Amino acid sequence: MTVQMLIEAWRAMGANRLRTFLTMLGMVIGVGAVVLMLAIGQGAQYSVSQSISSMGSNLFIILSGSSTSGGLRMGLGATPTLTVADAQALSELPEMSAVAPVVPGVAQVVYGSNNWSTQVFGTTPAYLTVRNWTIAQGYPFADSDVRSATRVAMIGQTVAQNLFGNEDPVNKTIRIKQSPYLVVGLLSAKGQSLDGRDQDDTILIPVTTAQRKLFGTQFQGTVRFIMAQAVSAQMMPAAEREMNALLRQRHHVREGADSDFTVRNLTALVNTAAQATRVMSILLGAIASISLLVGGIGIMNIMLVSVTERTREIGIRVAIGARQRDILMQFLMEAIIISIVGCTAGVVLGVGGAAAANHFADITVVITGGSILQAFMVAACVGIFFGFYPARKAARLKPIEALRYQ
Amino acid sequence: MDPIIRIEGLHKEYETDAGPVPVLKGIDLTIDPGEFVAIMGPSGSGKSTFMNILGCLDVPTRGKYILNGRDVGTLNSDQLAHLRNEVIGFVFQGFNLLPRANLEDNVSLPLVYGDVQKSERIARANDMLEKVGLAKYAKSLPNQISGGQQQRVAIARALVNRPKLILADEPTGNLDTRTSGEIMSLFRQLNESDGITVVLVTHEPDIATYAKRLVKFLDGSLIYDGEVSEART
Ligand SMILES: Nc1ncnc2c1ncn2[C@@H]1O[C@H](COP(=O)(O)OP(=O)(O)O)[C@@H](O)[C@H]1O
Ligand SMILES: [Mg+2]
Repeated sequence: MTVQMLIEAWRAMGANRLRTFLTMLGMVIGVGAVVLMLAIGQGAQYSVSQSISSMGSNLFIILSGSSTSGGLRMGLGATPTLTVADAQALSELPEMSAVAPVVPGVAQVVYGSNNWSTQVFGTTPAYLTVRNWTIAQGYPFADSDVRSATRVAMIGQTVAQNLFGNEDPVNKTIRIKQSPYLVVGLLSAKGQSLDGRDQDDTILIPVTTAQRKLFGTQFQGTVRFIMAQAVSAQMMPAAEREMNALLRQRHHVREGADSDFTVRNLTALVNTAAQATRVMSILLGAIASISLLVGGIGIMNIMLVSVTERTREIGIRVAIGARQRDILMQFLMEAIIISIVGCTAGVVLGVGGAAAANHFADITVVITGGSILQAFMVAACVGIFFGFYPARKAARLKPIEALRYQ
Repeated sequence: MDPIIRIEGLHKEYETDAGPVPVLKGIDLTIDPGEFVAIMGPSGSGKSTFMNILGCLDVPTRGKYILNGRDVGTLNSDQLAHLRNEVIGFVFQGFNLLPRANLEDNVSLPLVYGDVQKSERIARANDMLEKVGLAKYAKSLPNQISGGQQQRVAIARALVNRPKLILADEPTGNLDTRTSGEIMSLFRQLNESDGITVVLVTHEPDIATYAKRLVKFLDGSLIYDGEVSEART
């Protein structure tokens, strides 16, 4: 019975190929759009969550300067007021698990005949803990290196690639701004940051070395910013309060006056970014779903025309013994076949489109079996939903009126 | 023997914009198994309306209709569908074959709704095509054969489920005289050798002579019921 129905549905659809094709096209485009948009949306969410976890968790950044200072708007970090000693003091708070001062800069690095311009961070070993970063080869420099401002460096994967190629960089000497530095460790790969920068294009050196030897500055002993990690997510509010209080005390800020530093909750910031990505991917999906809906309405439209055209055929079938549900199933089957075939083609189109977006536009896409299954289910439901009304209309035709229809 | 058709006080009115129009005005008729009945009457006298009610395609406004021992008025649409499938074979003036299905598929269609297995459907459809002399066209489409041949296919389709009753509304209306004769001989053979009850409508007296009993309609009423030969004189 079912096989026979499939054959008949196929035959009926074959009788008007162009129309069947156009009806299907609506489905193909709808499903294709949904699959593509889901792939792009999930891809965006994936890369955001990747860079969030590569950033480290429960993070604060403390910048020099206030967001408004004395009525004059200052750029954050403009006048350095933070010191290595501030970082040291913060790290002793019970809410903090690690705190690292950072003196950033850009420098030309040379090894043998290779040279590379990269970002150099003067910091402490705690930076690795804060950023949840590990050493792939060798060792991190030690606190004693910071104390005595030795010329040692940990280098990122991109720097290693460009300077050393396949050579092992550990225990080699590179030159940063002409001075020799011993590479003690190779950092593990971290990938892109949230704003799309390559985090592996970095060299870490002791903060004191950076201050005294690499980047001479007019503000002796200061650092550009401090990165701090709270012991847990629950401790974040308390940590923020305590850090503010401690730094205000250390900087002798009077009661009621603006701070000369700013504590920012980085984790909250990136969560906002993640939230925005989620909203974007939902929006993409919603827009794509509208095209699926339009495809469904197309099916309904054509099915209604088809029922009218085949009224006489329905009459004949009823006269020789078809029950209402036989007629219902016959038309429903056609709608479902159109949906399923259209959906399959749509999935192919969507996956192809996603692959093309990835290949040509370098967009991260994520295609899961779940999203394809979802597209299939939706398409089948669309077929049943929009096919049902015309099919029921066919099934409820009075036999004698259907037979008399010219 | 119980009658296959028993009709008492049957009325049919059509609802029109100008109010209800009575088309059948109190028909009483009993037909026994194995009869061959011709229905005649002028155009518009209600013959087709009557046949549609006999075939359970339409319902009377009033009156009783017992088909094969069952009171049709008490059946739901699924039961009516079952009755049409099992008891009745229809032959229409316009053949009413499915244009896109080949002859074999057309003939086997009632078996599809009777839930018969595919292999048996094909075998029985071909038996029936053989019986009406069209076995070699099994894979042809209806528009590839003549009108007379199409009506034979329609008869094969009516017969395939081994019905007790064949209803034919002007089956020769679209056919020439010679082809009409062949179709009527086929009905007669089905009636005589297979014992199938045949009720057919015609407006040609020559066609009516193939039947054994004649019923005449005039203006929604039954005005004659008797031997075919007596009616001619
Ligand atoms: N669906 C309908 N609605 C209204 N009047 C109808 C309908 N069908 C048939 N009639 C009328 O009923 C009468 C009988 O029609 P019909 O049974 O087809 O007659 P016959 O087959 O004897 O020519 C005619 O006057 C016809 O106009
Ligand atoms: Mg008529």
